[in-house]
Amino acid sequence: MSASRPKPLSPHLQIFRWPLSMALSIGHRITGAGLAAGLLLLTWWLVALATGPGAFAVVDGVVDSWLGGLVLFGFTVAAFLHLGNGIRHLVWDFGYGFDLETTKRSGQAVIAFTVVATALTWLAILVA
Amino acid sequence: MSLATPIARVRGLGSAKEGVAHFKQVRVTSIASVFLTLWFVWSAVGLSGAGYAEVTAWLGSTLNATLMLLFIGVNFWHAQLGVQTIVEDYVHHKLIKTVSLIALAFATYGLGAASAIAVLKVALTG
Repeated sequence: MSASRPKPLSPHLQIFRWPLSMALSIGHRITGAGLAAGLLLLTWWLVALATGPGAFAVVDGVVDSWLGGLVLFGFTVAAFLHLGNGIRHLVWDFGYGFDLETTKRSGQAVIAFTVVATALTWLAILVA
Repeated sequence: MSLATPIARVRGLGSAKEGVAHFKQVRVTSIASVFLTLWFVWSAVGLSGAGYAEVTAWLGSTLNATLMLLFIGVNFWHAQLGVQTIVEDYVHHKLIKTVSLIALAFATYGLGAASAIAVLKVALTG
């Protein structure tokens, strides 16, 4: 019996296949945490608006930069993914759509909704 | 001293002694947030490129100020409930968990209050 002999380990997370349901479940939690942090930006924007034109111009300058735009784009993706997958969860909460084929298709619908809604939103922002 | 029988005191409450209150609050705030978030994104698209005067006038409308207050209340509440679940899942040290949850409550209620006051100030004083 050698104490230094490594014990057998069960497979780690990184060797598993990533089914869509697993990716969406993890994505739901990550986007939820990200959106919670994004409320800081909302507070900053509103407080600056209440403070005056000078403070508002500072927020506007940050938001209008390419990095600010990238962050806002990220929040748009996160918001639509969390919203779409949240509705999927609400349907589950009412007891529907639990079989494998339906969860796969509803997951694909969430991805499609996120892509289309994000594209339409930013098309409207950039074209208008 | 309660006159309820022991079974009546615990029925429906589960091991956490608060029943399904948290679960239901997450769901109800999420339903409200679906509508408020779609309104917010729609409004933000309309306000892109708008200056201080335009945004102030937009928030000065009673409807927009009302929806913005609801947007703030619902989403800060939903965020607190959601992050609470994440903390409870990953933080197992009793003291660190308790301190984290208190800090989370302070942050969400504090930032939510600041946001709401800002909306009221703009809406009521122009």
